[in-house]
Order: sequence, then C-alpha cells, then structure tokens
Amino acid sequence: MIEASGALIRFERVFKSYPLGELTLPVLQGIDLAVTGGEFVAIMGASGSGKSTLMNIMGCLDRPSAGRYVLAGRDVSRLGRGELAEVRNERLGFVFQSFNLLPRTSSLENVALPLVYAGVPARERRARAAAALERVGLAQRLDHHPNQLSGGQQQRVAIARALVNRPRIILADEPTGNLDSRTSLEVMALFQELCRSGITLVLVTHEPDIAEYAARVITLRDGRVASDERRSAPLRALATEASAAS
Amino acid sequence: MNVLQTFRVALWALWANRLRSFLTALGVIIGVAAVIAVVAIGEGAKANVEESFAAMGTNLLVVMSGATTAGGVRGGFGSQPSLTWSDLGAIQSDVPGVASAAPVLRTATSLASDDQNWTTQVYGTTSDYFELRNWPLASGVSFTSSDLDGQTKVVILGRTVADQLYGPGSNPTGQSVRIANVPFEVIGVLSPKGQSTSGQDYDDGAFVPVSTFQGKLQRGLGNFLSGVIFIRASTASEVPRVQAAVSALLRDRHHLDAAADDDFSIRNLVEIANAQARGTETLTTLLSAIAAVSLAVGGIGIMNIMLVSVTERTREVGLRVALGAKPQHILGQFLVEACALACSGGALGVLLGIGVAARLAASFGWPVSINPALALLAVVFSALVGIGFGLYPALKASRLDPIQALRYE
Repeated sequence: MIEASGALIRFERVFKSYPLGELTLPVLQGIDLAVTGGEFVAIMGASGSGKSTLMNIMGCLDRPSAGRYVLAGRDVSRLGRGELAEVRNERLGFVFQSFNLLPRTSSLENVALPLVYAGVPARERRARAAAALERVGLAQRLDHHPNQLSGGQQQRVAIARALVNRPRIILADEPTGNLDSRTSLEVMALFQELCRSGITLVLVTHEPDIAEYAARVITLRDGRVASDERRSAPLRALATEASAAS
Repeated sequence: MNVLQTFRVALWALWANRLRSFLTALGVIIGVAAVIAVVAIGEGAKANVEESFAAMGTNLLVVMSGATTAGGVRGGFGSQPSLTWSDLGAIQSDVPGVASAAPVLRTATSLASDDQNWTTQVYGTTSDYFELRNWPLASGVSFTSSDLDGQTKVVILGRTVADQLYGPGSNPTGQSVRIANVPFEVIGVLSPKGQSTSGQDYDDGAFVPVSTFQGKLQRGLGNFLSGVIFIRASTASEVPRVQAAVSALLRDRHHLDAAADDDFSIRNLVEIANAQARGTETLTTLLSAIAAVSLAVGGIGIMNIMLVSVTERTREVGLRVALGAKPQHILGQFLVEACALACSGGALGVLLGIGVAARLAASFGWPVSINPALALLAVVFSALVGIGFGLYPALKASRLDPIQALRYE
C-alpha cells in the first residue's frame, strides 16, 4: 500500500489559494513534504503562515488548488466529497482544539460516531468504543456526558473517537489550546504513547514547548516550508501514565 | 449507516429539543386535525341528512294546492284551494307507478287527558299514510275502513303526545282523550320517528280519520281537499315519471291551458334530499381546502425550524462530515428529522381530529364517521409535507463546507 518511498503522507508541489474578490489569495505556495509511518510531527508557524490550510488538505477536508497529495499510496487530491469522506473515515482520526463532542451524548456514543458512518453493527460499535475509551484511561466514564467531564477528559474522549476507526494517522489541531498546562501534559503523553504503538501523529501548534514533544518540527512561513528539523528523540518525553492520571 | 440508524439519530435530535419539536409540529397537528374533523363532521352531517330523509319516507311526492312558483300575485300553497277529493281518487287509480296516496289535513288544537293537556298538530288522514311514511304503530291498531267512512272518534297518538298526556313511556291505548273538547278513543301509539331536517318533532302529532277530521274538528270545503296529498312511487326510479304523470293529470283535470301556470305544486322529497346532501358535500370540500392550506402553513413552520436547526447545529454537521459522513448521510438525517416531525404531527393531528369530531358530533347528535383511509392519507400527506419542506434545509446542511462548519461559532 505504501509507495516505494515509504512515505505515508506525501505532498508534491501543493498550492492552495482562495478567491478574494477579484484577486486570489495564495496560502500554500508549493509545499513538498513527506511523513513516514510512525512519525510524530509538529507543524508550527505564525498565524497566516498556512498551517491550518495544510492541515485541512492533509485531513482531506479540502483539496489542493494545484499539486498532488498522496495518502497511503493513493492520490486523493482530486477525489469528490463522498470519496474524501470515506478516506477520512477509514484512514484518519481528528482531534480538535475545542474537542467538538456532541452535547447531551454519552462518551461511548460520541466515540462510536465514526463507526456509525463506517457501517459497523451496533454491538461491535459499543465494544470498540469501550475499548478505545479504556485505551485513553476513561473506562469509568462511558456513560458520562461531555458537560460532566473536565476539559482534559473531554479531549481524551475526542482522542478515543479519533482512535476508534484504527486509523494510520491522527491529525490534531491545537489539541492543548483549551487545556491548562497539567492536562496538556497528560494529552501529550497520551500522544507519545500512541506514537510508540505505530500511529502517525501530525500536530498543529503555535506553542514551542508543545512542539518539543514531537520528534520532527516543520515550520511554515508564508505558505512555504521554512524549516524541517528532525530529532532522534523528542526533547521532552513523558512516562506512559495516561491511564494512571485519570 | 442504515435507515434505522438515521431514524434513531433524527428522533434523538427531536427528543433533545422536545418543546421546540412539539411547537413546530403544532402547525401540522392543527392542519391534520382540521382536515380529519371537518371531513368527519361533513360525513356525519351527510349521514344525518340521509337518515332524516329516510325517516320522512322514501320515494315521496307531496302535492299541494296553489303554486309555489310565483307567477304574478299568486299566493303560496294552500292560499287558493284547488285540489279536490276526486283528484286524489284519480291519482290513486289512474297514475301508473303510484304505490299509494293519502290526504293529509292539518290543524293545531289542544288535547286533554284526565289530568294533562297538550296543544299539538292534529292530522286527518287515512291508514295508507303510516305505510307511506314507513311509520309503524308501536301499539294498538290503525284506522279501519269503517273508521274512515263513519267519522269514528278514534285517534292515534305520536310518541311525544302520549308522553305529554299520559306520562313518558305509557301506553294509553283504550284511554279517552278530548280533542277540541270532543272525546276520542286512543286506538294506537306510533313508534318514535325523531326530528325532521328542519328540526320539527315528527312525534308531536295526533292522527284521526280524515272523515272524522272534517266532521268533528274542521269543517271541510265540500269538493275541495284543504290539505296536501302524499304520494309514494313504487320505486325510486319511478319518482320523476310519477311526478310528470301526476302533474299532467292535474293540469288536465283542472282544465289549465298550455299558457297557464300550475294551480298546484308537487314537491319531490328525493330531490330535496339530494340537494341537501350536495350542499353538505360542497361545504365539506370548501372546509377541507381551508384545512389543507393550514397544513401547508404547518409545513412552512417545519421548514423554518429546520433552517434554524441546521444553522444551530452547523458545528455538529461539520464534525459529522469530518468523521466520515457523506453528504447523503447529512441530507438523510435532516430529511428524516423533518419527516418524523411532520409524521408525528400528523399522527397526533389524526387523534386530535377524531377527538374534536367525536365531541362536535356528540353535541350535534350526529353519527361520527371517521374514514380510516382519510386518516392514513393525512399522515402520508404530512410525511410528504415534511419531505417537501425539509428538503431545502437538508440540502443546505449537506452542502456545508466542513472547514467553515467546524469553525462556526
């Protein structure tokens, strides 16, 4: 499935521009990028640098204006909305800054939501959702509604939801933006643990100390890759104590 | 994601906003209830009219002196006696298709038992009359030919009169009653017949032989018959032919030339019944149309709330799309929601409509007639209203850009 290059995510000369009145606003100006399976990548950059747009295209929520995006060996840059929905459902997990859990809905049902669209039968949905919640240390919170959970717990429910489809890649957009520093640590520890289990993580953040948990930091400036640093190990590593921290 | 799950998601969303869902459905509830109630009441009214006319007697013609079709300064019926006793005889013997014919003379007078009195209509007629009106006696016997010829002082009472003079449910057969101070013997009591279409109580009357009527109660006019003639045609299809034949016969007997107006009039009770039924039907159609408009207004209410709901749940839609919902999933969810809203409104409306119809019918004393096919049609129609008016908001939701939707505050 993976091409000879071994890249799970590959951007080839990706451009993205938005119409702005009679002008077009260029946001991405020729991004070349390859992420291998199992990497933990942080994308940084000032606001307006194009990191959100890059993330949207990577998450198959948007399509490049020009260039190719090859995801797991498949060119997804020209797929229709329905096909992109399938790709997102099968290959990707999303974690958002504002959690985006459905209100008045139990953790279990929130986590099971992607499986509903994957056509998984109800009994299996429950089992897999419960397993995903256990993996993020929330086995005791299956029937809690989002308003009964702390911010950190809500984000872990969201991570369980991202995991439940067993995706190759999890994309996290400012996952610690709404969390205090202690719960931020818990979430980053969880991400590192997931990374060790073979999941590829791409994280957008503007906080340098959060980026230090990643093994690779890509910095964007004006729609181009300004720097791409790899480290043999993340500057900060945390013990895998996510389940203990709940 | 199958249909059942789509339904569960949609119903859950409606339940989460119970009050709003109910208020939204209210338009459809009222619309459907109005349709059901109006049609049920209309059907009930029609059945009531039919029942009244059946009570009046079937295949009946009534011949009256004078003309109701006013030519010049002619008065109404009875103002100028023109029917004669020999006209009655001729109708009975010369017109084919006449099953029977009976004279009916009428006066208002007071009746007295030993301890009660009651003012009512006293009719002079023959025994044919009861047969012609489908009006059997509950007890006693009808007039004999010697009663009819010999001015016998016998009377048959209507149920209301018997109740008033002798107490409810009594059987005064054999008792004596004074009519205009003349003692009569009660020989029978009629079975109750109820009200006429105009609300007149058929049972409030007393019947004496026509000879007795003329001899003891109201002096006759010699050859002239100072009342009306009831004719019963042998079958319903004979009614128009009998009417034409009686008209021709009377014109001939009264020596009217071709230019002259009739000096009598014939009422066809079948025609009156049909006209009444048509009137009721027209009214029902009209009210149904108004009810259908209110159903459409209910549909617009659903569209309105669905649009609000789509806007409110923009983030939810964005999330669902991000997690893999295809446009048709989102479309389906909102369509099912609108449809469920309209359908449950329709079902509640049917129940409410039946309730309203039953209450109104009870207070009017009509039979309730609920048409199950119509109830089903109303629910199906409200489902269509839901789909029709839910389509635009659902399309709008399914076309939301997930990136914008996820950022929507």
